[in-house]
Amino acid sequence: MSTAPKTATSASGRAATKKELPEHFKAYRHVWVFIEQERGQVHPVSWELMGAGRKLADKLKVDLAAVVIGPEGEATQNAAAESFCYGADLVYMVADRLLADYRNESYTKALTDVVNAYKPEILLLGATTLGRDLAGSVATTLLTGLTADCTELDVDVDGSLAATRPTFGGSLLCTIYTLNYRPQMATVRPRVMPMPERTVRPVGRIVSHPLGLVEDDIVTKVLSFMPDRESAKSNLAYADVVVAGGLGLGSPENFQLVRQLATVLGAEYGCSRPLVQKGWVTSDRQIGQTGKTIRPKLYIAAGISGAIQHRVGVEGADLIVAINTDRNAPIFEFAHMGIITDAIRLLPALTAAFRARLSPHSRDRIAS
Amino acid sequence: MHIVVCIKQVPDSAQIRVHPVTNTIMRQGVPTIINPYDLFALEAALELRDQFGGEVTVLTMGPPSAEDSLRKALTFGADRAVLLTDRFFAGADTLATTYALATAICKISTEFGAADVVFTGKQTIDGDTAQVGPGIAKRLGLSQLTYVAKISALDLTARTIDAERRSEGGVQILRTRLPCLVTMLEATNQIRRGAMADALRAARAPIVKWSAQEAGVEDISKCGLRGSPTIVKRVFAPAARSEKAVMIEAAEQPAEALIDAIFKRQPTLETELATLARGY
Ligand SMILES: Cc1cc2nc3c(=O)[nH]c(=O)nc-3n(C[C@H](O)[C@H](O)[C@H](O)COP(=O)(O)OP(=O)(O)OC[C@H]3O[C@@H](n4cnc5c(N)ncnc54)[C@H](O)[C@@H]3O)c2cc1C
Repeated sequence: MSTAPKTATSASGRAATKKELPEHFKAYRHVWVFIEQERGQVHPVSWELMGAGRKLADKLKVDLAAVVIGPEGEATQNAAAESFCYGADLVYMVADRLLADYRNESYTKALTDVVNAYKPEILLLGATTLGRDLAGSVATTLLTGLTADCTELDVDVDGSLAATRPTFGGSLLCTIYTLNYRPQMATVRPRVMPMPERTVRPVGRIVSHPLGLVEDDIVTKVLSFMPDRESAKSNLAYADVVVAGGLGLGSPENFQLVRQLATVLGAEYGCSRPLVQKGWVTSDRQIGQTGKTIRPKLYIAAGISGAIQHRVGVEGADLIVAINTDRNAPIFEFAHMGIITDAIRLLPALTAAFRARLSPHSRDRIAS
Repeated sequence: MHIVVCIKQVPDSAQIRVHPVTNTIMRQGVPTIINPYDLFALEAALELRDQFGGEVTVLTMGPPSAEDSLRKALTFGADRAVLLTDRFFAGADTLATTYALATAICKISTEFGAADVVFTGKQTIDGDTAQVGPGIAKRLGLSQLTYVAKISALDLTARTIDAERRSEGGVQILRTRLPCLVTMLEATNQIRRGAMADALRAARAPIVKWSAQEAGVEDISKCGLRGSPTIVKRVFAPAARSEKAVMIEAAEQPAEALIDAIFKRQPTLETELATLARGY
């Protein structure tokens, strides 16, 4: 194999891999975001991606389009209208009653068809259970590249999508390109990208595309749906304040101290992975690489060592406060503030002190 | 009934260290394990076999040393193991991986009986993409059930399978047609400890080894690095935070000292917290 470097390519060494884009891909332009809705609710990750997509589109000087797929009716229309408020220049829409529930076959057909018809250069989806199910099928059908769970998206000097993602459990990052195939696809987990500002904008151009399926074409049937109980649902990913505990707490009883502090702060509580494995806490409360990514204003971690898999889930927090007995714990390498002490003793004191500080009486004091 | 379970041998990422100077992964001495999620898939397959009869074939693509993982799967009770190994597979991204695995599953189906269900774990702990399952399904034209917590029913006469699938807002109960691909969630079942007889059998069991050609790969350019549309351009360590954590030292009243420090650093938090706490 000859790898004589071509001239006039960037310093990043891409000469060895970048070929002239095949002719049939040259028509691929614009940045698209798949708007995920389930049971009438748009997943916030879609708006986070619109924020990221807007930046890519501006850099490439192309349009940003949203792809809205769902049943005919109000919810789908609203999702389209909202897309404009989050920066869409236009919306591609597939509305059909067969799309009421997410099913892989019908959604794969809908998204693949609009891609083939209108040819985006970049296609972004949320790395949710729905988004990952769909992205894998669409990328395989289109025989293109897909980079999962990106933490950073950028376009480089010659316009290629540079998708950066953690590898080896977060110990390293790698930047991945899809040079000779289109579209360039990527998924991003909820809360990795900041939520962009919503601006009130009139509805713009909506391009409708037919689904072209009848029910008999779809072999998968939804027998029923059991929504999570409202009370059991954790809002961890979107909480402003999160208090979490780790193995350092020593017992499920001591984990109550985390819950109590969270209650006083009006916060959500979370945990490191071993607590889920031990059955002390339910898995929807796990923070980290294989759990949730959080972006709170304040994160208090008690008795958590700060392993890389935990770190990647909390790095978006504005203020990370660590409570740990070990001054060499890795968490102090990325916490903003630390206190070397026994969390089992500090947590109740912290709860009492916060309660006193945040009581209506002391709030009057702040106001005056 | 014939069930194929795709497993992957992965480095135990909890034990991986990055070289402080060169920023490269120090793999030496890092033990390899079966991707933990794949064990849930294997257990689900073995439970179906116990209930409906038939055979479970485990399949992996990897270097010759991946044989260890296959033997382990045999000790848990799998009936047959297939190792897809060839230097042409090296450097495969998910698209190239699904091409090779799908080709091998076709060959397994003709050699050992048509696969009714193909299982994978929900994702691997080294790649983390969760894309290989959907990719295999698409290549083989199978219906797919991802993030499955439980197989609730299987009807071999009607050729249907029902499963509970985790979605963002709840659990979907789906029914689809066999053959089908299922990716299993964690902690839905406890992986069995293989019987003594299985351990003895596993130690001696022959492992089917196929090169790309033997597996029936028609287009070698769709495999490995060459068949991968994605290209890793740069690997680097996450930027270290330059500022060190501010340590709060307080012998007496550490809670008050910590709260003072928090509000001093982020003054707006005090009113925000007061608002949040009002809900309580
Ligand atoms: C594939 C993979 C995925 C993973 N995904 C995740 C993930 O998503 N999230 C996650 O969190 N982990 C994840 N992990 C696990 C991760 O590697 C660590 O094992 C885990 O985060 C450690 O949890 P911990 O900090 O609670 O426990 P430990 O590492 O045991 O740390 C306990 C800490 O508590 C301190 N301590 C002890 N007693 C006290 C006390 N009285 N007061 C204060 N401090 C005390 C100790 O000094 C220590 O630092 C993953 C691992 C793998 C292999």
